[in-house]
Amino acid sequence: MDIELRGITKRFGPVTANEDVNLSIRSGEVLGLLGENGAGKSTLMNVLCGLYSPTDGEILIDGVPATFDGPGDAIRAGIGMVHQHFMLVPVFTVTENVVLGVERTGRFDHLDLATARAQVHAINDQYGLHVDPDALVENLPVGVQQRVEIIKVLFRSADVLILDEPTAVLTPQEVDDFFQIIKALRDAGKALVFITHKLNEILEIADRISVIRNGRIVGEGLPKDLTRPQLAEMMVGRPVSFDVVKKPFAPGGTLLETRDLTVLRDTDEIAIDHLNLTVRSGEIVGIAGVQGNGQSALIEVLTGLRRATEGQVMFDGQDITRTSVRERHRLGIAHIPEDRQTVGLIKNFTVAENMVLDTYYDARFSRGPRVDWAQVNKVSAGFVRDFDIRTPSVFQAAGHLSGGNQQKLVVARELSRETKLLIAGQPTRGLDVGSIEYIHKRLIAARDEGDGVLIVSSELDEIMALSDRILVMFKGRIVAEYDANAGPVDKSAIGLAMAGAAA
Amino acid sequence: MTDTSMNDLMKAKMIGRSEIEDLIIVPLFAIVAALILGALTMLATNVDLATIGLSYVALLKGSVGSLSAISETLTAAAPLILAGLGLALGFRAGLFNIGAEGQVLMGGMAAVITGFTFTDLPAAILMPMSLLAGALVGALYASIAGWLRVATGAHEVISTIMLNLIAYRLLDYMLRLPFIQKEGRADPISKSVPDAAELPRLLAFIDPNLRVHAGIFLVLVAVAVVYWLLFRSKLGFEFRASGENPQAARYAGMRSGLIIVLAMASAGALAGLAGANQVLGVLGRATPGFSAGIGFDAIAVALLGRSHPIGVLFAGLLFGALEAGGRQMQVDAGVSIDLIGIIQALIIVFIAAPLLVRAVFPWGFRKGSRQTEGGQ
Ligand SMILES: Nc1ncnc2c1ncn2[C@@H]1O[C@H](COP(=O)(O)OP(=O)(O)OP(=O)(O)O)[C@@H](O)[C@H]1O
Ligand SMILES: [Mg+2]
Repeated sequence: MDIELRGITKRFGPVTANEDVNLSIRSGEVLGLLGENGAGKSTLMNVLCGLYSPTDGEILIDGVPATFDGPGDAIRAGIGMVHQHFMLVPVFTVTENVVLGVERTGRFDHLDLATARAQVHAINDQYGLHVDPDALVENLPVGVQQRVEIIKVLFRSADVLILDEPTAVLTPQEVDDFFQIIKALRDAGKALVFITHKLNEILEIADRISVIRNGRIVGEGLPKDLTRPQLAEMMVGRPVSFDVVKKPFAPGGTLLETRDLTVLRDTDEIAIDHLNLTVRSGEIVGIAGVQGNGQSALIEVLTGLRRATEGQVMFDGQDITRTSVRERHRLGIAHIPEDRQTVGLIKNFTVAENMVLDTYYDARFSRGPRVDWAQVNKVSAGFVRDFDIRTPSVFQAAGHLSGGNQQKLVVARELSRETKLLIAGQPTRGLDVGSIEYIHKRLIAARDEGDGVLIVSSELDEIMALSDRILVMFKGRIVAEYDANAGPVDKSAIGLAMAGAAA
Repeated sequence: MTDTSMNDLMKAKMIGRSEIEDLIIVPLFAIVAALILGALTMLATNVDLATIGLSYVALLKGSVGSLSAISETLTAAAPLILAGLGLALGFRAGLFNIGAEGQVLMGGMAAVITGFTFTDLPAAILMPMSLLAGALVGALYASIAGWLRVATGAHEVISTIMLNLIAYRLLDYMLRLPFIQKEGRADPISKSVPDAAELPRLLAFIDPNLRVHAGIFLVLVAVAVVYWLLFRSKLGFEFRASGENPQAARYAGMRSGLIIVLAMASAGALAGLAGANQVLGVLGRATPGFSAGIGFDAIAVALLGRSHPIGVLFAGLLFGALEAGGRQMQVDAGVSIDLIGIIQALIIVFIAAPLLVRAVFPWGFRKGSRQTEGGQ
C-alpha cells in the first residue's frame, strides 16, 4: 500500500504545525522522518492516522483520495500508529489493552479473550517481544509498555505502521531487537514511518529520509548519501557539535550517600537491595542499566516519593531518609523525572503554571498566601527564551507543546532552581540533537559550578559522554563501577555488566 | 530574542472561537433544546399549544418580568450559587463531593441554634456569628469525608452520600430536642431566630413582600473569594494541581492528604453558608428537609458553570430564574412545577453532551471544530 501526502497544512489557531507538506510512503520501505522538537512530525503523523483533520491538503491511498473521520477510519484503511506518548489503560492487562476497540466477542456477547491472548502470544513469539499477556500495564516499566503499543498496532494488522519515537525508551539491546522487527515487517511488504532523534538509528534502518523543520520538508535523501553532521545541520539549520567539553574533574565533599538502602516495589518485590552509593559535589555519576533493575525506585526513594524499608539516605551530612519531598526541594535537590507526561508536568496547566509547579511557594513567586502571577509569567517567559522552548506564549497549555519541548520545560524548571544536587531520569529522552547538546551543556555547567549530578539513563552513549563515574545497576544492586577520568571505559564491558555478567 | 518577543510570550491568549463555542454557544443551545423538549413533553401529555405558550410567557414573567420576579429569582439563586461554588472548588481539586445537601442541613442548623441561643447580642455581631457558625459546621461535616478518604481510602462519593442520610435523620432528631424544638409544638420544628440574626431584606422599604435579602452580597463576596482562592492563591494552585494530576502534585511536593481535607472543608464551608443563608434569610427557622434539594441542584449548577466561579454565578442565576419562573408557570398556566425539574435536568444532559448539541444545531458551530486536539 502506498500513501501520498499532498500539500498538507495543519494549523492550531495561530500556530502552524505543518505547512504544505508533500510526502510519499511506500510499501516495503522504511521512511525515516527527522526534525527538531516542535518541527511538526507528530502532528503530521496524527493527520495521517486520522486523529487530526488537516487544515488543507489531501491524503492519497494507492492514488485514491481518502478522508478520515477519526483514527477508526485510518485503522480500517490499514494505517496504524504507535504514539510518542503511550495510550494505554493502566488498570487493564496487556491483552485487554491490545483488544481494546477491536474486541472479538463470542456468543452472547462474551468477550473472547482466550483467542486474543493466543494471538498476542503469537505476535510475541514472531517478533521476540517478550511481553506477558496477563501483566497489568501499570506494573510494567515504560520500555515494556512501548512494546505493548507495538503489539496493539500489529494486532490490528495494519499495512502502514507509524512509529513515533519508538526507540526513545528502549535500551540499546532492545533497539537491536526492535530493528529486527522493523526489517521483518518491511520484508513482509509493510510501509513504515520511523520517527527518531537518533541519527545513527535513522542511518541504519531507513531506506529514505525526510527532514522537517518549522513544519516544512527541508530535505530528502538516501542514507548512503548522508552523514550524521549533515543530517544534524539540515534539522537544526546550524552545525551541531557532538563533543562534550568539561572542566577538569575537581570533586568536593560527599553530597549524597546511601547506606544499605533497601526499597520495595508496590508489589512488595525487592527493587533495591542494600545499595550503597555516593555522589560528591562537582561530580556527575551516571547509572547505567537495563530498565527495570531498580533505577526508577532509586530515583523515587532519593527524591522522597517512595519510602525506604531499610537503610539510610544522607544528604549534605544530614539524614533525609524520612524527609518530605518539599523539604528535599528546599534543601537543594532538583529532580527531572523520567516520565514527564504523567509526573513532570500537568498537561492542562499553562507553561507558566508548570514552570513554577514546585517553586510557586517560594518567596520569588509568592506574596503571603498569594501567587504573584505577574512575576511568574515574566520569569517563565525568560526561561522559555533561555531554554529555547518552542511555544507561542507562556499561557499555552503544556499538553499542546511537542514532546521535546515538554521535556525542555521540565529541565528548565529544575535547572533554574538554586540546587546542590540534581537527580535526572532520562534527561534527554526524546530531545533533538540541538537540544541534547544544550541540556548536556547545562548539566555539565551544574557540575562545573560544584553541584552533584546523578543521571539515570538507558542511553549508554549519554552516560559515557557525561559521567565522571559510571555505576552499573543490576537487580537492585550496583554490580560494577568505572572511573571515567582514569582513562577510556570499555563500552562492551559495561554492556556485559548491565546484562548481569559481573554479578 | 528581544524584549518585544518576551512581551509576545506574555501576551494572554485571545479567547478563540472554540472557547466561545464551549462557554457560550453550547449552554445557550442547551437551554433552547431543553425548552423545546419541555414543550414537547407538555404536548405529549395533552397540554394544548396555547397553554404551552402561556406557560413559557409565565416562565419569563415570573423570573425577570417584574421587580418581585427578580427578587424571587435572586432569592432562589443565592443558596444555589453558594453551595455550587463549594462543589466547584471540590471538582477542581478532583473531589466529587455529593454531600452538599448534608452540609447545607448541618450548616443551617448551626446557624439557627446560634441565632436563637444568643438572643441578647446586637445584629452587628449575631448575624455574622450565625453565618460563621454555619460555615464552620458545614466545613467540619465535610471534612469527615475528606478525612475518611485520606485515612482509609474510602471514596468521597460513597461517604458523602452516607453523610447526607445521616444529616437528614440527625436533623429530624435534633428538631425534637427540647432546647431546639419550638415551645408548645409537637411537630419537629425549631425555635425561630431573632430579627437580629436575620439577613435583612433589602427592598422591604418598597414592598415588605420582596424577599430578596442581604445574602446576595454574601454571594458576590463568595464568588470573588473563590475566584481568588482558585486562581490567585497558593492553596488554590495546589487544589487545581491535585485535581488535574495527583502524581505531578506529589512530585511537586504538595501534601495530597492535607489538600483533600482542606478542599473538602472549603467546599463544606460554602455549603454550610448556603444553609445559613436559607435559614437566616428566608425561613427564619429549621424544619425537616428545609434544604429542599439545594445541595443536589447545586451539583448541576457547578457542572453547568464548568466549575468556574463566574460560570457558577450565571448557572445559579439561571436555575434561580427557572425556579421562580416555574412557580409562576404553575399559577398562570396550571402546569406542574415538576416540568421545571425536567427542563433543568435536560439542560444538564445537553451541557454534558456537547456533541449532541452540536449535532442538533450544526449551523451554530464551525465545521470540524469538534475534534479533540489535545495532546499528541
Ligand atoms: N493541540 C495543539 N494545540 C496547539 N499547538 C499544538 C498542538 N499540537 C501541537 N502543537 C504545536 O505544533 C508544533 C508541532 O508539534 P509536534 O508535536 O508535531 O512536534 P514534533 O515534531 O513531534 O516534536 P517532538 O520531537 O518534540 O515530539 C509545536 O509548536 C506544538 O507546540
Ligand atoms: Mg513528537
